[in-house]
Amino acid sequence: MNVSQGVFILLSAVVLIGAAGVVLHRNLFRAALFLILSFVGVSGLYILLEAELLAMVQLLLYVGAIAILIVFAIMVSRQLMSPQFRDRNEQWVGGLLVAVVLFAVLAFILLQVNWPTAEAAVPEDAIAQLGQALVEGDQFVLPFEVASVLLMVALVGAVIIAREK
Amino acid sequence: MGFWNFVLNFWTELGAWVGNVLSGWGLPPWAVNLIADVLGVLVLVVIGVAAVLIFTPMERKVIARMQDRPGPNRVWPYGLLQAIPDAIKMLTKEDIVPEKADRQLHMLAPILVVIPSLLVYAVLPWGPRIIGQDLNVGVLYIVAISTIHILAVLIAAWGSDNKFALLSAFRVVNQLLAYEVPMILSILAVVLFTKTMSTQGIVEAQTLPYFLVMPIAGFVFLVCALAETNRSPNDLLEADSELVAGYMVEYSGMKFAMFFIAEYVNMFASAILLSTLFLGGYKFFGLENAAPVLTPFIVFGKASFVIFLMLWFRATFPRMRFDHLVGFSWKFLVPLSLVNLILAGIAVKIPVADPRWEPWVQGGVMAIASLVIIAATAWILNRTARKLEGAPALKRIVAAER
Repeated sequence: MNVSQGVFILLSAVVLIGAAGVVLHRNLFRAALFLILSFVGVSGLYILLEAELLAMVQLLLYVGAIAILIVFAIMVSRQLMSPQFRDRNEQWVGGLLVAVVLFAVLAFILLQVNWPTAEAAVPEDAIAQLGQALVEGDQFVLPFEVASVLLMVALVGAVIIAREK
Repeated sequence: MGFWNFVLNFWTELGAWVGNVLSGWGLPPWAVNLIADVLGVLVLVVIGVAAVLIFTPMERKVIARMQDRPGPNRVWPYGLLQAIPDAIKMLTKEDIVPEKADRQLHMLAPILVVIPSLLVYAVLPWGPRIIGQDLNVGVLYIVAISTIHILAVLIAAWGSDNKFALLSAFRVVNQLLAYEVPMILSILAVVLFTKTMSTQGIVEAQTLPYFLVMPIAGFVFLVCALAETNRSPNDLLEADSELVAGYMVEYSGMKFAMFFIAEYVNMFASAILLSTLFLGGYKFFGLENAAPVLTPFIVFGKASFVIFLMLWFRATFPRMRFDHLVGFSWKFLVPLSLVNLILAGIAVKIPVADPRWEPWVQGGVMAIASLVIIAATAWILNRTARKLEGAPALKRIVAAER
């Protein structure tokens, strides 16, 4: 076992402990904090894979924006934190079913796929190549622009909903 | 000659000397690297925390002078060592945890608030190759790490179980996220020009300091840095007349001091970042090549100047109202920095035959376009102000004040 394997096991433990904390902790605020721990662990895994850009974007978007909005929403809705709050409702059978099926499908895929490994090292200018690929006509410019139009629609929609009459 | 060479390249020679001494003890290379890295981390952390001792006296004296009063003057000399008795006072104060507070989260917040502030120092350049780690995503790293600060404030507020602290937490999301957007947009304009996100590369690419090339981005970044470091006039998270002390109201003693330290460490870090992005970092009219030993002092001098500007802001402007503060970001800074970003995108695409003239031609075009935009913005603001002058509501207020 070399160093990077050790680091991988450590980071995976962080991700899994965080993920387990999200579902097992009864205090919603702490569950959200565990979610953040899990996100940070994933960004660590990206760094281990030499995908620094992805790691930073993971931190910026998931920890910096999404997780903070989740924490904020929990803080605003006080009702969620009261001891009388039930942590399951009448749909738990369906939820359980979906979760089990999803787990089975994912486990099946994980076992079936022959994971390819790249022998070549990550190129020095990987980030520049990624940027080029996103705006090059014959590569990913269409999905990129469609995604930005989608975000624009969401932005305009949010403004229209929030605007005072 | 050898002696002068040693003095001029003192920092790199020092690094090589430490490495030689460690290898001389018969340590394997990985242990030498490990010890050298740990020493580097210690130095960076000490620099960050020493900023508190340097800039608290500076802040108190400078603001006192601006407000025409002597300021602290008891602890020799000129009250400059006031920070030491203050620190002793902090250490000896009682550590209070509110009865209904979430004890563990209450403890976690002061730790979590300092960590991101210190992590930022890893990529701030102090000279050519005098840097913790020259990441190729350096600027993005700084932006990503600083968002943990918001989280620490949220945890502090929640863990204190105090209404004022919660109100402050509602503000932190609004204010810090609002000012993050124009900040990233202005950094993006710089990155477009330098074609790299490494902080070292950004300094190397600046033939002209970027505050001359893109004054709009520099201004937007300064205002956002004031808001992000939560300094007056944008210190709405702890506005003492409205929220007592906001999210840190329940903290006492050393835990309060951690928030205080984090504030100054943050302020120093954003001052260094501003001088790296817009003031040419460790470059100073060729002095960095003549005497590399001086580069950390050049960075320190520029950062001190930026901090002086921040103090000047604090002493001059009254605290903004919260809706005005957030509106100022979304309605003024974001459109302005978007325009600046578009200009930068056009300017870097101007074809220049001779690569030696490229930064001058592109920078010149960018600077002229920025001046036009600034003039247009001033004209629009002036026209709006004139319109408001005639508005009935404002007339009533003015009449009542008379």
